[in-house]
This record gives sequence, structure tokens and C-alpha cells, in this order.
Amino acid sequence: MDEPDHEHEHGHGHSELSAMELRVRALESILTQKGYVDPAALDALIDTYQTRVGPRNGARVVARSWVDPEFRDWLRRDATAAIASMGYGGRQGEHMVAVENTPRRHNLVVCTLCSCYPWPVLGLPPTWYKSAPYRSRVVRDPRGVLAEFGLQLPQDLEIRVWDSTAEVRYLVIPQRPAHSEGLEETALAALVTRDSMIGTGVALSPPGGST
Amino acid sequence: MSYLSHADLGGQIGHGPIVQDVAEPLFHHDWERRALAITLAMGATGAWNIDMSRAARETRPNYAAMSYYEIWISALETLLLERGLVSADELAAGRALAPAQTLPRRLAAADVAGALRAGSPTARAATEAACFTVGQRVRMSDQRAAHHTRLPAYARGRHGIVQHVHGKHVFADTHAQGLGEQPQWLYTVVFDGADLWGDGGAPGLQVSVDAWQPYLEAV
Repeated sequence: MDEPDHEHEHGHGHSELSAMELRVRALESILTQKGYVDPAALDALIDTYQTRVGPRNGARVVARSWVDPEFRDWLRRDATAAIASMGYGGRQGEHMVAVENTPRRHNLVVCTLCSCYPWPVLGLPPTWYKSAPYRSRVVRDPRGVLAEFGLQLPQDLEIRVWDSTAEVRYLVIPQRPAHSEGLEETALAALVTRDSMIGTGVALSPPGGST
Repeated sequence: MSYLSHADLGGQIGHGPIVQDVAEPLFHHDWERRALAITLAMGATGAWNIDMSRAARETRPNYAAMSYYEIWISALETLLLERGLVSADELAAGRALAPAQTLPRRLAAADVAGALRAGSPTARAATEAACFTVGQRVRMSDQRAAHHTRLPAYARGRHGIVQHVHGKHVFADTHAQGLGEQPQWLYTVVFDGADLWGDGGAPGLQVSVDAWQPYLEAV
């Protein structure tokens, strides 16, 4: 199910349209002609998720939690409100919980039943997150999954997997990387990858820092 | 009544390695953009709710063979056909052939930002106390629901510990069936990997699910 359709990818994009392209165009035409949808609203929806909402939002939340203890406490108590104070919230992030990685525990987020994901802070989920291999395996063999992401965790580290089965959405707060003491919030945010906020990665080391 | 979800994948064996695309574009095809937009815009009309959408997606017979947005489109067509909002003849013709029905709302471009910002919170006021408290040991129901449910099969009948009480939330099971919100207390319940998977579980593994009260019984 994670295989996109490749049937028309061999050309340069201006040959005949794929069956799905035709099917979706037909459906959009019908919905527009019937007045159920506003074509300009469709463009606004696409623009929102293409250019305005993405994992940079979450990275700013994480960086602030690293530098501002009061904000971190707020995030622990009421992540929805703390995140909303930075301007992020709404659809697929109505009820947020932030889960912090520590030297003893690593957190991982999945939706085994569909593709629930905290849109306001991470944007739309990557294909692998929605795929059968990730959804089936991460609740059972998280270390095997993390190894495929290049992450080897110490054997004594506790692994906690959060299956998003209701409308609560989880944001992993990765550990602040070593040698990042002198960096300010914006520079810290640049170290926070999307995968580190899902739990399939860790935050990057600061540029020039020793590893 | 039979109900078969093809989406309850947690713990299944044999799906192979995870395919990552480091330079993955947000959309692989232009039609995926449009699929996202028409799905969200139709969801905003109030013709159905998100739990009905999930039910329509997870019951597509060829779920496993489709890409994610193919599932979305197939489910969207199904929801429209079931309600007579679009006919099979119209899908075949690629244009409207009959008058539209009246829907509760229409999402205007000017309202997109506000609608996304508002979202659809599912928390509801509680008029009675929760049955379970943090730290309490509970057992997940072992009943196989004959309808949409958010109790994953791998947790069925398992013992876990209540870790958080989230308040009352719209109950996905009834909401998906058109039986109303029927808000229920929602809990995060955590399981030991060994209790879920026996010796096959990773050492030090804990898995949690968010479970509505009707999924749980005291032990």
C-alpha cells in the first residue's frame, strides 16, 4: 500500500494522464459542478499543507522547550495550550501530548489503525509512516525498525511506543544534543528533524561540534 | 452484519522492510494534492464525520493493494455514493448529471484558515466521574466489534495500566455508525511488550493505546 503508482512516471509529465489523475479530476469536476466544494478553497487547502504547515513548526516547539524551562513545564502540563501559544493548533492537533525522551527512555509514535499524525506541528505524514511495514512492526519490534532508520539504541534503554488510537496526537521531544549549550533557539530548531519528533531519529549534532 | 477492517495492522508479520525516501516529495503526483483537498473540503460539508471516513477507508476490499491517497479517493467515492450525493453514472461520465443535494455547510476559501485552526476537538463535558484512575490495572475487552472500532486487535483481552485520564471524548465506535457522539471517558493504557508479544517482544518495550471506557474492564 505504500507503493505509489509508477505507470506514468517514465515520461516527462506531458504525455497522457494516468487513470488516477483522470478519476480524481472527474470527481473534483462533479463536486465543483454540484456546488459541494469551492475550487478556491481546494487551492487554499493545498497551499496550507504545501507551504505553511510542516515539521519546522514542531522544531520551534522543541527548541523552545530546550531553552525555556517554564515553557517545558507548560508543555508537560498542557501541550495543546503551550503549542497554541506559538500559533500552532487545530485540525489533527486538537488534543496534543508532548512526550520527552530521556537518557532512560526513548519514545516512538505510530498509528497502527490508520495514519493519525500531529498535522499542525509536523505537517502531512511521510509515506513510510502510513505504510503497512511501519504500522505493523513498530509496536512489536521497535529496535528492528529503528535499526532501519540507522538508530542503534542501548539495550537497557526503555522504548515506549504510543499508538495514536483516538484523537490525542503525540509529539516526541528529542533530547537536546551534546555541545549545543551556546546555541540560541533558532539555531537549535535547525537541529530538530521531523523523524526526531516521531521517534525514528534523534536531533542532529551542532555543526562543527565534535561527536 | 459483518464488518471487516483491513487497516488493523499492529503486530502483523510479513510486511517487509520500511521503505524510506529521504528526498520524498510531499505529493508523488498532482492528483494526490487534489485528493487531499477534495477529501478535506467534503469532510467540512458535514455530510459525514471523520470516524465515518475512517470506516469507509478501512473497509475498502482492496485496501492492501492501494496507495494511501488511492484509499482516500476510493473511500470518498463510497461515502458520496452511499449518500446519493453523487451517482455511479456521474462518476462514469465525469460530470454532474443530476441536481445537487443540500449539505449542512460549504467550505469557502475565505474560511479555510479558520476552519483548520479550529479543527474538530472531540473533548466533551463530563457529568459523572471516570470509572478508572491513574495506576489502575485494567483489561481490554476481548470482544471483536462488528463495526468500526479503535481497539487494535493486538491489545484485545490484554492487561494494562491506566497512565492518563484524558476526559470524555466523542466515542469513535458510535460516531462512525451514525449513532451519535455518545462521549466516553478516554484513557491512555500502557502494556508491557512481553504481555503483548510474549518472548517475541523487545526487552524494555512498553506500548500504549488510547482507549475509551467501554473498551475496558476492571481486574
